[in-house]
Formats: sequence, structure tokens, C-alpha cells
Amino acid sequence: MRSGVIAQKVGMTRVFTDSGNHVPVTVLKLDNCQVVAHRTKEKNGYTALQLGAGKAKVKNVSKAQRGHFAVAKVEPTMKLVEFRVDEQHLIPVGAQITADHFIPGQFVDVSGTSTGKGFAGGMKRWNFRGLRATHGVSVSHRSIGSTGGRQDPGKTFKNQKMPGHLGAERVTTQNLRVVQTDPSRGLILIEGAVPGVKGGWIQVRDAVKRVLPKDAPTPGKFTLPETDAAAANAGEQK
Amino acid sequence: MNIIEQLDQEQVARLSAGKEIPDFQPGDTVIVNVKVVEGERTRVQAYEGVCISRARSGLNQSFTVRKISYGEGVERVFPLYSPMIDSIKLVRKGKVRRAKLYYLRDRRGKSARIAERTDTKPAKSGSK
Repeated sequence: MRSGVIAQKVGMTRVFTDSGNHVPVTVLKLDNCQVVAHRTKEKNGYTALQLGAGKAKVKNVSKAQRGHFAVAKVEPTMKLVEFRVDEQHLIPVGAQITADHFIPGQFVDVSGTSTGKGFAGGMKRWNFRGLRATHGVSVSHRSIGSTGGRQDPGKTFKNQKMPGHLGAERVTTQNLRVVQTDPSRGLILIEGAVPGVKGGWIQVRDAVKRVLPKDAPTPGKFTLPETDAAAANAGEQK
Repeated sequence: MNIIEQLDQEQVARLSAGKEIPDFQPGDTVIVNVKVVEGERTRVQAYEGVCISRARSGLNQSFTVRKISYGEGVERVFPLYSPMIDSIKLVRKGKVRRAKLYYLRDRRGKSARIAERTDTKPAKSGSK
């Protein structure tokens, strides 16, 4: 299992292909996506990479967090996320993952926090039909209708779908195709919609339900910070 | 400039390279040469009619062309920068007072005519 990346949603546009089609794409931006820490089998009981993205002002980072970033010798980041990886796919701490980590044509799973809709009614939240427009219905055209039985069972069952808070929860969309990558600007173009608002943090991982293409770089595509680059040049290539 | 605009502009530049898109307006009669894929080979089909609307801007720009085909009104919406468009030719300029000529849908024959526009003023730069 390769590492995923943290990206920022920029917005949507379309791409015209040479064959004359056009695909709607969501543009994601890799903003300073760095490895901050390792989680290892011996120490933590599982293997994972902790990635950071974005740049946080030092004054807004707690002292404990500052220490954590100082150990990794990376600048404080706005977002921290762990990605489970295989042991052989660990990427050195401080490395910055680039957009060509994913290759065009491969499928990815994308997670983000969906757009908050506030308190929503049954029609919007659960696709209820509502009541009729005429035939004596007054005022309650968008209401949910009945919620339960009669004397027996004498109660409304738990988990009954009702109005309530909608959105602003973690949503994963599986099997989205990568259309294009642009390592120089750190952009990944993904076909279709991606959960969340513009500017929201998005996690992009290799699709679990698809086979990873053979030419996908392992353990990943990244650049090492300049000081370490000379020392570990060999690791960067593969 | 934001990233989306940048990407769009690059695409516009890529798609309009080697193509000349005439400056046409609603009311103008245009010939759109459309690429048609038939199995293996592609050929170019001309579609001539009156442009009745131009919509949006930038990469997503599109225009609607209306014609009467065998007594039946036909409208086609083309993305301006679609690679399926081989070329666009401006045939006749029309004088109209609307941006969207949807009223043509209710008209037939004589009343659906559009007067020819003759630009007496030199374009843009010659303002008073």
C-alpha cells in the first residue's frame, strides 16, 4: 500500500481531450505536502506515514506541536493526517511529495469533509417525497409524513430518518480517475466531483478496489530537502 | 490570477491554436464545420444557420445555431473551443436588438428574417 497525499481543493473546470470529448475535472493542489513523522510496527504497533500540508503561522502552533515539527525539521503545517502504508513504502521524514505521485489514468479514492448544509428537512436529507401539492394538503408539503405505527408498537423506531443536520461530515468517493498531473505547479486533475468546499483539505489515496498500474512510482514521487538530498540521492530515484 | 483561470487560459490557447474564430454575434449567419466520426474515419460536416445566442465566457463559452431543416427547426449548441469544431465561417451579419434571439422559435418564413447589418463605424477604436 502506497502513501496517499493531502491536497487542497481549488475548484472545478473541464478538460477537452484530443479525441473531441471533454471531461469535468476537479483541480487539487498539493501545498507543501511533507512527511512529518513515521509510525512503526515496533514503536506504535502499525506502520504509517504522518503527512502535513499547508503552512501554519508559528504563533498559532502550540508548543508541543512545535516540538513535534522540530524533531522532523519541517516547518509547521496546517493539516496533519496519517496514511497507512506497507513497511517497504515508507518515505523519509522531511520529503515533499510531488503531484506525479499519481499517474494519469489511475483510479483514486478521495476523502474530504462535505459541504455543510445546516439543518435540512427530510426531502433534502433523505430524498423523501414530501406530501402532495393538492388534495387537501395545507402548509406541510415538504413534511416527512408518518414516522411509525399505531398502538402497536406504540413508539417510533430508532434510526428513523428525520430532518436534522446535513453535510460537514467525512465523505469518501471511490474510484475517481486521475486525468492529468502537473508536478511543477503541484496540481492533480481528477475526473468528476470531490467532496468538500473550495479550499478544503482533501485526502487522495490509491483506489482500494482497483489494481494499481505497474508504472505507478513506489514508494512514491517526492523531493528531499536540499541538505539531505546529497546524502540520500539514491532513495529519491526509486 | 487564480489557478482555474490559468488552466482555462492555457486550454483556450491550446485549442484555438491554428484556428481562427471569427468575431460573430447573435443574429449572424454562420457555417460551423463539425467533425463527424464514422467508425474509423472522420469527415467534416457543415452546419449553417443563424447564431441565436452566445453564452458564458472563457473556456466554457458556447453558442447556439438555429436552422430550418426540411421544414423542422433545428438548434445545436456548440462549445466554442470544442475540438470537434473544425472551423467557423461568418457568412452574413445580422442586425438584431436582442442578445438572445429565442423569439425566432415562434416565427416562420418572412417574419423570421433578419436584416443585414452594415457596420458604418470603424470597429471599436473609432469611438467619438
